[in-house]
Amino acid sequence: MAKQRKNIREDADGLKKNLKGMLLIRRFEEKAAQMYGLRKIGGFCHLYIGQEAIAVGAIQTVDLKKDYVVTAYRDHGHALACGMDPNTVMAELYGKSSGCSKGKGGSMHLFDVENHMYGGNGIVGAHIPIATGVGLKIRYKNDEGVVLCFFGDGAIHQGTFHESLNMAKIWNLPVIYICENNQYGMGTDFSRVSAVQDFSVMGASYGIKGKQVNGMDVLEVYEEVSAAVEEVKKTHTPIFLEIKTYRYKGHSMSDPATYRTRDELDTYKRQDPILNLKTYMLNKRMLTEEEYTKLDKECRSVGEAAVSFAEKSNEPQIQELYDDVFA
Amino acid sequence: MPIITFREALRQAMSEEMERDEDVLLIGEEVAQYNGAYKVSQGLLDTYGEKRVIDTPISEEGFTGIGVGAALAGLRPIVEWMTFNFSLQAFDQVVNNAAKMRYMSGGQFRVPIVFRGPNGPAEYLAAQHSQALQSVYAHVPGLKVVAPSTPYDAKGLLKTAIRDDNPVLFLEAELMYAMKGEVPEEEYLIPLGRVDVKKEGKDATVIGFSKPVHIALDAAKELEKEGVDVEVIDLRSIRPLDEQRVYESVKKTNRCVVVDEAWPFASVGSHLAWLISKNCFDSLDAPVELVSSEDVPMPYNHRLEIAAQPSVRKIVRALKKVLYLE
Repeated sequence: MAKQRKNIREDADGLKKNLKGMLLIRRFEEKAAQMYGLRKIGGFCHLYIGQEAIAVGAIQTVDLKKDYVVTAYRDHGHALACGMDPNTVMAELYGKSSGCSKGKGGSMHLFDVENHMYGGNGIVGAHIPIATGVGLKIRYKNDEGVVLCFFGDGAIHQGTFHESLNMAKIWNLPVIYICENNQYGMGTDFSRVSAVQDFSVMGASYGIKGKQVNGMDVLEVYEEVSAAVEEVKKTHTPIFLEIKTYRYKGHSMSDPATYRTRDELDTYKRQDPILNLKTYMLNKRMLTEEEYTKLDKECRSVGEAAVSFAEKSNEPQIQELYDDVFA
Repeated sequence: MPIITFREALRQAMSEEMERDEDVLLIGEEVAQYNGAYKVSQGLLDTYGEKRVIDTPISEEGFTGIGVGAALAGLRPIVEWMTFNFSLQAFDQVVNNAAKMRYMSGGQFRVPIVFRGPNGPAEYLAAQHSQALQSVYAHVPGLKVVAPSTPYDAKGLLKTAIRDDNPVLFLEAELMYAMKGEVPEEEYLIPLGRVDVKKEGKDATVIGFSKPVHIALDAAKELEKEGVDVEVIDLRSIRPLDEQRVYESVKKTNRCVVVDEAWPFASVGSHLAWLISKNCFDSLDAPVELVSSEDVPMPYNHRLEIAAQPSVRKIVRALKKVLYLE
């Protein structure tokens, strides 16, 4: 893993994997938005467009046979980056029984427990102790893994964040806390509701190292999270990363996002993580426009196939209402 | 047969299960070095070490959620809340995470965790430290709720709860920790979802759980003097609920009083009274009576706090009412 990290910027295959990972999420989310508009998907649907570099950059650094991912409700990107089948993810958004959670969870509750993707959690900040508890299990069993715990800037003022960091530190739990600061907790600019503007200092209260990372640059995310994973495995101490990012769409599908300016959105779109990496690869002659178009087409067709899988899948039987309440 | 206290029975249950399965651990405030705020965990740190008996900061939501996360990943944590009053700080973790992770994931998770601690009225502790919260937890699908009334039951039920693959809320009456009772030396388990007939009778049925079972037994003794033969049913577990055996008893006696230390509105007691009224309608010779706590926060003054709770006198009066003796 360490060797790969040093070479990522020169590794054409590695870069292509990153580009594809981000494009897949982008096209999948666009498809989800389209199907939401057609009322094929209901309820809350939080899109990951703009933030793709974080899930893709971070999750490729871990081995989900040993390591774990726990995230919040903006989870489609993490699910895909964990290698979950886009078909079962889309079917879950449709509420079909072929969905990864048998249609019982929906957009906010995507899980692949066997492959250590622990959701898909809907209450802001409430999964941070869950992730910390998974860390406790790793330490208790003397396993090798680490936990990547993703949450948004809205979650950082919940007591759960602070309580979790404190206990993770006193018990030396192998958890990397990743705040995806997309700058708005629903419609509220984080700077209006936070006593500090640089979240990375917030680990300091608990003796935990913090660092700010540019989340519009997938390679930086990859390098920083790789380094954090190595360090946590070596030092057995938690780490906190604030990864600055931006979501292009509203908080959820029902949010027109009128609380920010067009200019602000355009500024971020000019630093788009996919565009960024594409330009880098074109300049390095590691990619041609034709190859990019082909890749993009592939990802679009994955989204289309997922929709057609979901469309063809069955609704759950009424009897399933009563299944899985208890083990 | 050895006679031991309620707290000792709980300790034996935890210790035996920790001995049997190394994935069982105890986590909570003061459980390790202090030996438990109510001394339930006395000696466990010495036996099992700080890896398995873990002192936490005062962070109920945090350590409860950590317990849930550890359970999702395969451990079998026992989370001790210093009292159920403080569990309200952790309510979200129980209701939104422990109870729902299996369902939301389409059955992918198991959540083998026990949340335990003292519950119910205490003495001179006033409103925030003296309340019975079973109804709040029993409301939620995905949770099991257990409330033992004797040392024997406490041990057998707690061992079963620890082996259960689902979240179990284990309610220990705060005023019962020193109560003594017979507990055999050989191992035994008590299944969840089966009532225990604490006293057989033919004239009327009293249904209760936890500490009020003893007041119900006292009330039955009182009425024995008047030639009335009362049956006392101990639910043992509120969820799962042994509906059939409850109905069998009521159909035998045709009269029923439900006792619950919680408040009356939307409570376990009011729900039971409704279930019995509906399902035993043709057998009932009188409307079902409910003896609950008064619908007020618990006062500090002793006279007032006693007046707020179910009592032998209140149960006797309710029994006389269903027997048309008053």
